[in-house]
Amino acid sequence: MASTANAIDRKQAQPVTMVYEHPFIVRFAHWVNAVALLVMIGSGLQVFVAFPSFGPKIPQKNFFVPPKAITLGGWLGGSLQWHFTFMWFFMGSGLLYVIYQVVSGHWRQVLFLPHDIKGVWPMAKHYFFFGKKPPVKAAYNSLQKLAYTSTLFFGVLSTLTGLVLWKPVQFWWLMLLFGGFRLTRIWHFISMCGFVAFIPGHLIMVALHGWNNFYSMITGWKREPEYLD
Amino acid sequence: MPDEREPPGQPGESHGPEAESAPDGGASRTASEQPRQPAHPPRVGPSGEPVRDLPPAESKRMNRRELLKLAPVIVLGAFAIPKWQQPLLNEGYAFGDWASGKLFGRHRLARTFSDHEVAPLERFPYNYYDVLYPDIDFSTWTLTVEGLVQRPGDYKLQQIQAFPKIVQNTRHVCVEGWDVIGNFGGARASDFLRAIGADLTARYLEVECLDQYYESIDMETILHPQTLLCYEMYGQPLPPGHGAPLRLQMPTKLGYKQAKYLDTIRVTNVLKDGRQGYWEDQGYDWYGGL
Repeated sequence: MASTANAIDRKQAQPVTMVYEHPFIVRFAHWVNAVALLVMIGSGLQVFVAFPSFGPKIPQKNFFVPPKAITLGGWLGGSLQWHFTFMWFFMGSGLLYVIYQVVSGHWRQVLFLPHDIKGVWPMAKHYFFFGKKPPVKAAYNSLQKLAYTSTLFFGVLSTLTGLVLWKPVQFWWLMLLFGGFRLTRIWHFISMCGFVAFIPGHLIMVALHGWNNFYSMITGWKREPEYLD
Repeated sequence: MPDEREPPGQPGESHGPEAESAPDGGASRTASEQPRQPAHPPRVGPSGEPVRDLPPAESKRMNRRELLKLAPVIVLGAFAIPKWQQPLLNEGYAFGDWASGKLFGRHRLARTFSDHEVAPLERFPYNYYDVLYPDIDFSTWTLTVEGLVQRPGDYKLQQIQAFPKIVQNTRHVCVEGWDVIGNFGGARASDFLRAIGADLTARYLEVECLDQYYESIDMETILHPQTLLCYEMYGQPLPPGHGAPLRLQMPTKLGYKQAKYLDTIRVTNVLKDGRQGYWEDQGYDWYGGL
């Protein structure tokens, strides 16, 4: 009897409109990158504990000693193991994402371009100062594009500066571009700060937009998105 | 999705792939501008995303299928399992070491600096792990050579100093993150190994030190033109803190590879088990190349 009841339910149920917002490769890269990024930040901070300065060793002026609670690996050797293992996942997922966006043409919906500048302030006003919500016209608004494009920027910056710190002799030409070994360490640290600035805003937005929106980054499909109303 | 058939009596509920290709790609459309036939919601999202109208059960099934496709991400969870964590991290290191070997340019020289860029000797830091100044009798000190070598034995410092002296201002990079530019003088390790008939096709050079430190280095790096058996800094005999009387100096390696207080070197194809290097055996990576 249960199956008959189900069948009747199904016939009477309203169809659900679903939009395939996030292709598989984007979702896969997102989640691998999310894990890798947390590992890279935690282990990177533990590496920084070994020499928490941007100047010379003698005399040493500490910049900031990361507290134990936000570090991973326990000591320099342990954190380097995490850092040098998960850098491959970090770079791999980033590369996969970028290649997919370029090949599929999806970069058009998320890449922040000059014409997006005018849309940033109205959106920021809406989010931070309870301004009127600008009309939703596309999957990503200007502020979102700015946020996501900035992570791409920090991803490229952290990767290139990381390669230099890992192999300063082999990538000497890249080190030249970043202004030498010590400046490269600073850029690498700044790129980490960029991610640290992005993550809370991103998580707050995800929380505010609810389960349906969050779930679309897992299954790709968003139920009844507002822009189709 | 050939399996998603419309239930009878519900026309227009499910759309096949042909429904996804809206004529204008949907790029410029907004909801209010364009009149639409009733009962036919837009076929694509604002950026051309596929749109489906599905019965709830069907949409659930589709979600579940997509969820399962993400399962490979869970593989990363293996790093959280205590028993697997260390072996996996070792694999990560091993991959990095392999990549490092591929990236290493035999003839690519580390940058050299002019004399005014060199840090003064008293600002050249050094680390030690156990004994700061091992008790060494310099009058009887010799470098013992073992392994795949035609003329093994004990070599005096004067015999090493007889090779052409290379003096270089290079950057010393510590795994901790600091760097310092110093002045080093010594004999090319490759000159010495050639002269004593070492097998240059061997894979490693193992190093034992008088402070019980030990190291192993890939032969490619040992044969690099900037790799020195270093006996001088700043034109003076090597100071005690920097590894007197003889140390390895390799601008293409991190500091912990550049063993001080050399006692024995061994040319070999096989590393002793659990003796990759003092720090490597505790968690630094073996290659340690720059």
